[in-house]
Amino acid sequence: MRPSRTPLFLARRSYRVRRLRDFARLLPVLGTFLVLLPVLWAPAATSAPDTAPDGIYLFVVWAGLVVAAAAALMARGLGSEANKTETGAGAAAEGED
Amino acid sequence: MPFNILVLACLAYVIFLFLVAFLVERRAAQGEAGWLRSPLVYTLSLSIYCSAWTFYGAVGYAARSGLEFLTIYLGPSLVFVGWWWVLRKLVRIGRQQHVTSIADLISSRYGKSNLLGVIVTVIAVVAATPYIALQLQSVTLSFGVFATAASEGLTPPDKDSTAIWVAAGLALFTILFGTRKLDANEQHTGIVTAIAVEAVVKLVAFLAVGVFVVWGLAGGPGDIVARINASPIADWQLQPGRWVGLMALSAAAVICLPRMFQVLVVENADERHLATASWAFPLYLMGMSLFVVPIAVVGLALLPAGSNPDLFVLTLPLSQGRGGLAMLAFLGGFSSATSMVIVAAIALATMVSNHVVMPLWLHLRPAHAVSGDVRRIVLRARRLSIAGVLALGYAYFAVSGGSAALAAIGLISFVGVAQILPPMLGGLFWRGSTRVGATLGLCLGFAVWAYTLFLPSFGPDAVIPAQVLAEGPLGIGWLRPQALFGVTGMDPLLHAMFWSLVLNTAAFTFGSILTFPSPMERMQGAAFVNVFEADQTGPRGWAQGRAEPEALLVMAQRILGDEAAQSLFEGAARGQGKVGYLPDATPKFVEDLERRLAGSVGAATSHAMISQLVGRARVSVEDLMAVANETAQIKEYSTRLEAQQDELTRTARALREANEKLTQLSVQKDAFLSQISHELRTPMTSIRAFSEILMEADLPPEMVVNYARIIHDEAIRLTRLLDDLLDLSVLENGSVQLNLGLASLPEMIDKALRTAGNTRPERVFAVQRDSAAEAIFLHTDADRLTQVFINLISNARKYCGAERPELRIAVRQKGGRVTVDFIDNGAGIAKEAQALVFEKFARLTDETRAGGAGLGLAICREVMANLGGTITYLPGQGGAAFRVTVPLRLEKAA
Repeated sequence: MRPSRTPLFLARRSYRVRRLRDFARLLPVLGTFLVLLPVLWAPAATSAPDTAPDGIYLFVVWAGLVVAAAAALMARGLGSEANKTETGAGAAAEGED
Repeated sequence: MPFNILVLACLAYVIFLFLVAFLVERRAAQGEAGWLRSPLVYTLSLSIYCSAWTFYGAVGYAARSGLEFLTIYLGPSLVFVGWWWVLRKLVRIGRQQHVTSIADLISSRYGKSNLLGVIVTVIAVVAATPYIALQLQSVTLSFGVFATAASEGLTPPDKDSTAIWVAAGLALFTILFGTRKLDANEQHTGIVTAIAVEAVVKLVAFLAVGVFVVWGLAGGPGDIVARINASPIADWQLQPGRWVGLMALSAAAVICLPRMFQVLVVENADERHLATASWAFPLYLMGMSLFVVPIAVVGLALLPAGSNPDLFVLTLPLSQGRGGLAMLAFLGGFSSATSMVIVAAIALATMVSNHVVMPLWLHLRPAHAVSGDVRRIVLRARRLSIAGVLALGYAYFAVSGGSAALAAIGLISFVGVAQILPPMLGGLFWRGSTRVGATLGLCLGFAVWAYTLFLPSFGPDAVIPAQVLAEGPLGIGWLRPQALFGVTGMDPLLHAMFWSLVLNTAAFTFGSILTFPSPMERMQGAAFVNVFEADQTGPRGWAQGRAEPEALLVMAQRILGDEAAQSLFEGAARGQGKVGYLPDATPKFVEDLERRLAGSVGAATSHAMISQLVGRARVSVEDLMAVANETAQIKEYSTRLEAQQDELTRTARALREANEKLTQLSVQKDAFLSQISHELRTPMTSIRAFSEILMEADLPPEMVVNYARIIHDEAIRLTRLLDDLLDLSVLENGSVQLNLGLASLPEMIDKALRTAGNTRPERVFAVQRDSAAEAIFLHTDADRLTQVFINLISNARKYCGAERPELRIAVRQKGGRVTVDFIDNGAGIAKEAQALVFEKFARLTDETRAGGAGLGLAICREVMANLGGTITYLPGQGGAAFRVTVPLRLEKAA
């Protein structure tokens, strides 16, 4: 964050909003990867019981997804975006860029 | 825990829900919904995903197959976290197209095809029936737990009668709040709020049991981990196929289940709520799953072997003597079952009534589309459908005996509704998908599901003979229901899901590629796929000016209700720069109207009804070019031109109207002059003639008296005419003195009826009044207002040509204004004349010279203007109808 630097292409704010939207799009992909990960562990299952650690891992991932999704909204990126598209004004430009 | 206390608690809880729903409906009706439509309530209402299957079944599932139960909640969580991909588009389309159900969405996307609506409805009903049976079963089982523990109080009824009571009670509740009105956007605020309350109850109940188990029975989280590792659950092995498959299945189901679609899309009040739900709903699911494994582990350890793990949530607290906690858990389970059944019944009933009953009815009695009372039919169809859906659920419960494990039934339903996913996603993202493809895919997927999973689920020899299950039909091995195409060694559920979805998608894709869509499909496809593009002024499906606005108004009134339809038409007329209730039937207006109606009766039905009035939908070559024109570079320029042109058209229309009026006025003025000279000359002539006779001497006295009376009468007539003219000019100048005071509306109407009774006293008039609605006090000039009423009633007496004349006086109060409608059952006033009746000396027919000079309505209009109100002609009421609007309080300054 160097305040003196002027943005070259996009206003910093709209650039951030776009990247936030990318993040929101990627979040389910990341989540899918993480919850499918135990599939790869399973064959390696040894005699040691792993139900409890697996469960804890899954709940941690779950909580992480909730926090990340909430954080992305709180950053005022997507929630306000949904607002804007409702008026329809800036929507065409955004489209599915 | 005595059984009668349980029943009492249950009843008290249901009454509490009734009250919540009732109060909320009332507040919403007063337009104070406010926080009731908040993201919180929206998120909580989504929790009907967690039915009794979750509340009781998840623990049983965990006890049987370890962590696999998590897939059912992880899948939907991922869908919601990824709302930006699918849900956002779904909700936007749902709101823009006024979608009423998932069947309506599919039907609307593929060219408003009713066949598709019927197919989706059938799939949904068949798949939901076992699910509803499951809810009845869980409530029955939980009653049973208390019944065995009870030794005092009422004797608990047997299983079947419990289920039938529950089913009947739910049907009653759903009918009361789900079908009270036919809403334009099909939203049920009261029910949604009641469901949000139930969502809180079930979450709190489940968490309470969980906390009790972890910190009360076990020694905290560390101890639980140790117990898990020591329990049979630790032996669970993750099966990769089921892990991935079930997650995908539950992700599909959360979008496709009719009840989820209802709360997610149809009941959505604001798109921003979805953004909140994207993290809050996964959080709720996580809360519901957090304590499942601990409860299962502790239950397996503490309860005697062989106890049903599906009921650990209840039996665990009971066995520890915690009656209160068990009661809370029972109410939680009851909440999850009831909320699911209520919403599912509403969603299915909407589909059945909109896609099966209404089209059938329209087909059988096409004439009634315009004249019959459609609202009553739709509501009755919905009520019957709700009862029917619950009866089906009960029948399934009674027939199947309610023995299978809860989880198995739920998953069978999930695979059934997942068949809707390919046509739905294809419809949202692929413009090339066609009706034929969607129909083929749905039918094939449904058939494969029924053959490989649904029918075998009844057990061998129940529907499908055991021999067919083992060797295939006619001994053809590769057609065995649970080993299609020789795929053996696959879990039956995965096998069915795999083949049904693969064949469904393949048929859908190839069917779409090989066929050509109709114009309507292409338009709807473009509207759905490009829903986020700003300019939605796409091509119009209706030809210009074929429909008579009055006929459209009559039809809209039948569906939306008088008030809503009239305000819609009035608003549209104002938008076109016209006054009154009848806008021009421009294609845009007709399309807007169609969408509004679609919100009540579904897209396909609404389209069919409109096309009966407008004629066939015509899509012109230009329209199709607009669809095909992807590059539309000049669009912005043409949009600007279009806006200008719209403006010009509006101005031109206003000018044309003004001009027409001026021309007519000038004609009228000439008529007025000749009329007034005529009116003045007739009495004058007789006065002159008789006074000349009187001037002659020696007339007999009785003749003198007679002639003098004639002269006197004629002079009175002259005076009255001049009085009217004077009155009119005073009123027009606005210099009239008003005598304001508090006056009772019924008294004024009574007085007017009495006075107007002198007009053509020989006619017997039936007057319909609603004294409850009339009981209003107005602050106004009572004499002047009564004068208007007298005039309207006398007009009705004079001109109503019906054999059995009837006059209906309808009073309505709305936002500080009171409207009084005077509606008779005569021939009404022709459309050309409607604009003229309020002009001076306007007489519709020359023959009805029943006194008066045609000044009555003109005076009425001026009086109303002075009283701060209006008087208008109300078209489409089946007779002449005038609406008088007055402010409740007229202030001096006005």
